[in-house]
Amino acid sequence: MEIIKKNRKGEVIFSQYKRGDGIKKTVTLKREEILLELKTSKLKGRGGAGFPTSTKWMLTAASISDEKYIICNADEGEPGTFKDRVLLVEYPELVMDGMVIAGYTIGAKKGIIYLRGEYEYLLKSLQDYLQEMRKDNLLGKDILGKEGFEFDIEIFLGSGAYVCGEETALIESLEGNRGEARNRPPYPVNTGYNGKPTSVNNVETLAAIPHIICKGASWFLNVGTDKSAGSKLFSVSGDCEKPGVYELPWGTTINELLNLVDAKNTKAVQIGGASGFCIPKSQFDRKLSYEDVSTGGSVIIFNESRNMLKVLKNFMEFFVEESCGQCTPCRIGNVKLLEGVEMIEKGEHTFTYLNKLKDLGKTMQVASKCGLGQSSPNSFISILENFKDEVLNYSNGGNNGRI
Amino acid sequence: MFIEEKTSLAEEIEFLVIKYGNDRSALLTILHDIQKKHRYISDYAQQEIARHLNIHPVEVYSVISFYSFLNSTPKGRNIVRICQTISCDMKGKDVLVRAIERELGIKIGDTTKDNKFTVEYANCLGLCDESPAMSINDRVYTKLTPEKAIQLLSEVK
Repeated sequence: MEIIKKNRKGEVIFSQYKRGDGIKKTVTLKREEILLELKTSKLKGRGGAGFPTSTKWMLTAASISDEKYIICNADEGEPGTFKDRVLLVEYPELVMDGMVIAGYTIGAKKGIIYLRGEYEYLLKSLQDYLQEMRKDNLLGKDILGKEGFEFDIEIFLGSGAYVCGEETALIESLEGNRGEARNRPPYPVNTGYNGKPTSVNNVETLAAIPHIICKGASWFLNVGTDKSAGSKLFSVSGDCEKPGVYELPWGTTINELLNLVDAKNTKAVQIGGASGFCIPKSQFDRKLSYEDVSTGGSVIIFNESRNMLKVLKNFMEFFVEESCGQCTPCRIGNVKLLEGVEMIEKGEHTFTYLNKLKDLGKTMQVASKCGLGQSSPNSFISILENFKDEVLNYSNGGNNGRI
Repeated sequence: MFIEEKTSLAEEIEFLVIKYGNDRSALLTILHDIQKKHRYISDYAQQEIARHLNIHPVEVYSVISFYSFLNSTPKGRNIVRICQTISCDMKGKDVLVRAIERELGIKIGDTTKDNKFTVEYANCLGLCDESPAMSINDRVYTKLTPEKAIQLLSEVK
């Protein structure tokens, strides 16, 4: 694949920025000033969970330790999402400057980019970019002449495991273990990589930081809604004329997004990837925001010709394969949900059993150890509820054609 | 494995341990490098790595078996991965897979007799906007048609 930088338009992330500007401003500020600016900006984590970034940094900054780490979570494995790839290819200056600013603020000397194995082809260009930064003294010792400010970034390549996108599983993987989520507490902000305070941030979250530092929190607050400040990158794929990455302010409705990407005869939209929710046409006026339809950015569009049962089966197969297997609700639960889908496919389901499976899904949401098992039943429950007639194929007597 | 091979592998691992350190956190990086060169991580390599890192060999095996990009049995010289995520599925992944299977005379998951190709599924290559996508080793190809995919495979040495 050729790596071409596109001229993208957006109010926040894709707005004008020159490499190093955020760092230049940062070294003139005190840590507390940066934390306050971030707090005022109400920036929340863009990976999907939406934890306030300033709180995460404040807790890491407050932890007392000789070593601290900032980790950029570039293990973008959610089906339907590719925004981090675009940021790393076209806007490395934002991500890297964001990491340097994080290092300064929390007092870390080392940053690690956890790059998913599937993105190995980006490794060389990212390493070259880091080398350029070192030459320009944007990394290394006494950065931009600020005495004692030492920070460098290294890249760690993942090995093909979706669960490593979960921050504690990611840390386990970095430490040379199987990527299995940890019990919390303790949280990574206190006991993270190698037992040291660690802040794990999404690529997009880090990319927003240099803009906020340079242009101020009030500029950032001008975009979005009251509770969801700023903009969001959406990775749009599926049945539309113009798939790709779009920057839109929080609060944009699904309808507006569908118009923008030229989607026709849309029946359903999967928001948030396989672990997200499937939204039917009747709810297309809902808003993409933390207070309504919250998302990490994946938008997959399905038109009238698509079979939602097939879609659901694809998602459940994904989770059965990607569950790390350490906790029972997720390991067994996903297999049972997939079996349920296969039963429907063959027309062998009973309603009592399907209801039990929905209950099982709800149990998984509360009993699973990490985000994978907690969110994997979302598509099962939402597709079964919102597309009941189609999935159970009532027109064929509920037998999927086997009359 | 011949003794000469063992000696050279042992030396290689020793070199990697010097390069990355003998801390547990060096494990995945060492495994990556060994796999890159040898296409798999042999039992002997696992034992040697375990010895240097002062962990049990089963720990090394447990890590290898967890990650889908690491393997303890030999695979083909070139690894072809076809994205099976829904976006690629909707844009004709099945047709692509069938064409490749016919052309190479194997089923997905298998290796060709001449050891040239191993064909597998991948879970989301992150190229949903340019689907269907596949990777050959560490390169990715997008907006594929069966014809284009076969052409690409024929260019691989």
